[in-house]
Amino acid sequence: MPTRRKKPRRLAIGEDLTIYHAAAQKQQFIDALASAPEQLDIDLSGVVEIDTAGFQLLMLVKREARRLGKEARIVAHGEAVRELIEFYNVAAEFGDPLLIPAQGA
Amino acid sequence: MDEITSVFVTESREQIAALESALLQLENSPRDDDTLNAIFRSAHTIKGGAGVIECGYIVAFTHVVENLLDRLREHAINADADLIALLLGCADHIGNLLGVLESGAAGPDANLAADGDALLARLQRDWLSDEGSRAGLPSVAPVQLEASGGGAVESDCWHISVRFGADVLRNGMDPLSFLRYLGSIGHIVHLETLADAMPEAAEMDPETCYLGFEISFASGADKAAIERVFDFVRDECTLNILPPHSRLSDYIALINTLPEDSMRLGEILVRIGALTQGELEDGLRQQTAVPADEVESATAPAAAPQPIGEILVERKVVQSELVDAAIARQKQVTEKKAAEARLIRIQADKLDRLIDLVGELVIAGASVNLLAGRTGVGELIEATSLTGRLVESIRDAALQLRMVQIGETFNRFHRVVRDTSREMGKEIELSVSGGDTELDKSMVEKIGDPLMHLVRNAMDHGLELPAVREASGKPARGRLELNAFHDSGSIVIEVADDGAGLNRERILAKAVERGLVQPGQSLSDAEVYNLIFEPGFSTAEKVTNISGRGVGMDVVRRNIQGLRGSVDVSSEPGKGSRFAIRLPLTLAIIDGFLVGVGNAAYVIPLDSVVECIELGVDGSVRDYVNLRGEVLPLVRLRQLFGMAGEPPGRQNVVVVQYAGNKSGIVVDQLMGEFQTVIKPLGNLFRNIRGIGGSTILGSGEVALILDVQALVQRCASREAQRAEGADAGRALLAAAAT
Repeated sequence: MPTRRKKPRRLAIGEDLTIYHAAAQKQQFIDALASAPEQLDIDLSGVVEIDTAGFQLLMLVKREARRLGKEARIVAHGEAVRELIEFYNVAAEFGDPLLIPAQGA
Repeated sequence: MDEITSVFVTESREQIAALESALLQLENSPRDDDTLNAIFRSAHTIKGGAGVIECGYIVAFTHVVENLLDRLREHAINADADLIALLLGCADHIGNLLGVLESGAAGPDANLAADGDALLARLQRDWLSDEGSRAGLPSVAPVQLEASGGGAVESDCWHISVRFGADVLRNGMDPLSFLRYLGSIGHIVHLETLADAMPEAAEMDPETCYLGFEISFASGADKAAIERVFDFVRDECTLNILPPHSRLSDYIALINTLPEDSMRLGEILVRIGALTQGELEDGLRQQTAVPADEVESATAPAAAPQPIGEILVERKVVQSELVDAAIARQKQVTEKKAAEARLIRIQADKLDRLIDLVGELVIAGASVNLLAGRTGVGELIEATSLTGRLVESIRDAALQLRMVQIGETFNRFHRVVRDTSREMGKEIELSVSGGDTELDKSMVEKIGDPLMHLVRNAMDHGLELPAVREASGKPARGRLELNAFHDSGSIVIEVADDGAGLNRERILAKAVERGLVQPGQSLSDAEVYNLIFEPGFSTAEKVTNISGRGVGMDVVRRNIQGLRGSVDVSSEPGKGSRFAIRLPLTLAIIDGFLVGVGNAAYVIPLDSVVECIELGVDGSVRDYVNLRGEVLPLVRLRQLFGMAGEPPGRQNVVVVQYAGNKSGIVVDQLMGEFQTVIKPLGNLFRNIRGIGGSTILGSGEVALILDVQALVQRCASREAQRAEGADAGRALLAAAAT
């Protein structure tokens, strides 16, 4: 656990990460990242559905954070998000702890 | 055998025929690009088709052949006589494999497989081996591919590289669903997501797709199936599929094609297991070394960034060499579509049915004509004559459907002549003419065997060895001619050689020995020569495996007679011999000339009719007339068929011609032209000479069709006998006088 000098900013996404909301969500992510001191905690536990557009946003925010010298972490996620991250094989790249549901293990 | 397989077999046989004739052409012009391409295409089409029907053993064999052809096409090696002989052997082997497929066996038996392996080993050893170990060459990997046996899952994977277009998300298509679907036809071993195309956050449009994927995919599906996964986005994505065991250079080419940095891609490929680190380094080194290096590695591109067009072309090059059924299949589909526009395959019995119906129509039409004529109503007669003309056109068109050119049959003999002449150590040149002469399809099929026998016979017995030929002042190279032409309603097919000719004395001696003729019996040359068609007759001093077992010529004649044809031989000692096969043009419907004798009607095939004349007073007593200074022997139908009744005051002569002989048929009445549907006579009447069949007249009466050939021959032999009788008489007189 890295030592935190400042309290991370937390962003919770309540609606689905799909193309229908992608434009608004992108702004949300970018703004949150900009206002985050060092670390952005993304809470995706409310996301029931995610598609490739949504996934791209996650890629974007991760990359953008790296560029800005910050860290964006997915701290909570639902089944859909986990599955997609695994399918696209970016779990290692994202580096976030993924919760594997008991029954699926 | 299911339909697709039978279509494949038929088409492949055609391809093999094309392949063979192109190979023979290659002998004369070994560097001709068109020919080389034609050869390659044929082999490629066979392989592609075999891939589609999943016939592993044909793919496996053809593939190696194709590799070799590819090298030929690139002029990396040159075609010499050995190679052509080897390739011909390969074409034969593919034919045998097709036979195996046709028979429904699971695979070639041990013998055939051994033959195939031997051929492949020769190909590999003599023509491909020096290149075999290098990675960038077509020969190595594909063999392994086939070892997998019809696409069974093996540890090695397809490599799929896909970049989705910017608009796919906006169009409601999610890459995710395609990839998931991909997972349903195989196993995604490894997938890498590439977002390199995604710009900075500010420019990034969340509704635009920036993603690409490198996928290592294990599946038994063929390339077409994999491509189908991406059908919906085909226009909007860049898709590259490399089959398992693709060449290193293909991967390198792929890396160069893709927009991402090639080092990064290389690493990705290594990571997903498509390449090993060693291979990658090897490939990249090779790539930088290219400009200085070889010509043949056309797939390894220059290291510098390429213009897009070049990349595309290159990609095409790569694809054309890919070992996959899919491309071939697509190609086959388009080729087939193009071919379908020109050709329709229909079943022969449908055609036969059509011709039967047209036959009935002709008979019915004749009846209508007759009845209309009786009514004397002008308009009705006019209408029926118009219908009659149309029926005639339909008949011609329907018969034309069955007509094929004999050229294809002739061309088969190039190969036979080539192989046989080598086997026998003779030099033989085959010249073919009249290949565009058409005859009935059913006849073309049946004439093949007799023709083959005559050709082999001419090569074996007719043409001499080069030394013998030179000794007798002839060119060392023997000449064999195949010729076809139309002659008065028949087609004549000639097989001629400039060899030694038939040996009259030996044939006669043999015939006496066999009891076919009596010693001392005097025979004309033609009669002696035609003895060779008697059963069990062979004068060959030694039996070879080409011919000479004495089972041939009588079978040849029987086959030809079975087609209502005849075969004749003429020969000149030291100059050669000529076999002429004469066949009727069609088997079903002819234009006839209706004549009457007493109450009966007879039909003479119109094609053999030369003219009609009135029988003069002198003709009524003698059996010949003077036709403009020529002696025309007469056949009196009334006498021939033993018909009662007195001839009318004025008789007519129909002058007919067959095989160069003319004779006159004496009849009571000339009744004019008549379309005739030939109905065969029953078995009971099979041996009647002079009658070729029967037909039904418009009035419902039956008319007999005269067999002009038999009548003319009867005349000719009667004349010959008479002449010889006179000779013999003179000889006796002479003998008595001394």
